[in-house]
Amino acid sequence: MSRTARIRLFWAAAVVFAVAYAAACTGLPRFGTLAHPYATRAVAAALHQRTANVVSSVNFDQRAFDTLGEESILFAAVLGTIVLLRHARDERTGRPRPGRVLPSTRLLGMVLLPVTLLTGVYIVAHGQLSPGGGFQGGVILATGLHLAYVAADYRVLKRIRPLAFLDAADAAGAGAFAALGLAGLVAGGAYLQNVLPLGTFGQLSSGGLVPVVNAAVGVEVGAGVIVLLAFFLDQAVEVRSPEEHGTGGGG
Amino acid sequence: MTILPFLAAGWIFLAGVHGMVTSRNAIHAVGCLAVAQSSTYVLLLAVGFRRGGTAPYFSDTSLRTRVVDPVVQALALTDVVVGATVTALLLGLAMQVRKRHGTVDPDALTGLKG
Repeated sequence: MSRTARIRLFWAAAVVFAVAYAAACTGLPRFGTLAHPYATRAVAAALHQRTANVVSSVNFDQRAFDTLGEESILFAAVLGTIVLLRHARDERTGRPRPGRVLPSTRLLGMVLLPVTLLTGVYIVAHGQLSPGGGFQGGVILATGLHLAYVAADYRVLKRIRPLAFLDAADAAGAGAFAALGLAGLVAGGAYLQNVLPLGTFGQLSSGGLVPVVNAAVGVEVGAGVIVLLAFFLDQAVEVRSPEEHGTGGGG
Repeated sequence: MTILPFLAAGWIFLAGVHGMVTSRNAIHAVGCLAVAQSSTYVLLLAVGFRRGGTAPYFSDTSLRTRVVDPVVQALALTDVVVGATVTALLLGLAMQVRKRHGTVDPDALTGLKG
C-alpha cells in the first residue's frame, strides 16, 4: 500500500472511530459518579482480608490469577528480548572503554545508589500498606542499580551486576508466584486463595499471601528489568556492527 | 462537559495511531504505540474517578473515607507492565531489523530475506 493511500485510510478510519467513540462515551456513567459497584465490593473485600492497600489486594489476592498471567507476560517478554538480542555469529564485540565522569556526578551517584536500593526494598515490602508493591518496587531496584552506570562506567556496572544469578532469580520469582498458589490447594481451598494468617490491619505482616506474592513479584521484576537492560546496554556498548570497525562504544 | 475526560483518552489514542501510520522510523513508531496505549490509562482512571474521592489506601485514613475505584487502578498497573514489556520486545526487534537490513524505515522494508 502506498504511503498516501495508507494515510487516507487512516483518516477515514479515524473519523469513523471518533464518531462511534464519542457516541459510546455519552452512554457511559457520568464522570466522577458516586456509584461504583465494583469499587464498593473491592474495598469491602480488601478490608475483610485486612489489606490496607486496596490496589494490592485486588492485584495479589482478589485477581491474583490474572496477575499470574501478567507476570508470565513479563517473563516471556524478557525471555523473548534475550533471544532477539543474543550475539550473532558475524558480530564483533569490543571492550567497553572507560568513560569520563564529573566528580559531582560520581558523588551524587554513590550517595543515591544505596538510598534508591533501600527505597526499592521499602516499596516492595510495604506493598500491602501504602502505594507501591512488587512491580513498582522491582523497577526502582533495577533502575537504581544503573546509577552505577551513570556515576561510574559500564565496567563498574558489570562488576556489581551478577547476571547469571539474576537470570536465575528472574525465573525463581516467576516460579515462586505460581508455586505460592499451590498453598491454597494444599489448605483445601482454591488455587491462589489467600489462606495464610491475615495478621493485624495496618501492620507490615498483614494481608496473608499479599506481601509474600509481592516479594516474589519484586524479585522477578527487579531481576527481569536488570537482565533486559543488560542485553540492551550490551548491544549499545559492546557490539560493533561489521561495517563500522573500531567506532562506537564508550562508557 | 462531563464526557471530556473520556474524549481526551480517544484523542490520545488517535494521536498515537496517527504517529504510527505516518512514521518513517521504527523506534519512533514504538514510541507512538506507547502513546496510543497510554490512552487506556487515561480512560481507565477516568472511568474509576469518584468525585471527592482520594487514593484507595487505608493506612492512615478512616475506613469511611470516600475513595476512587481501585479495580481500574489495578487494571492500569497491569496495562503499564504489559506496555513496558511489549515496548522492550519491539525495540529489540527494531534493533535486529536495523542490523539485518540497515534501515529502521518501515517503508524501506520490502521483500523477504531468508
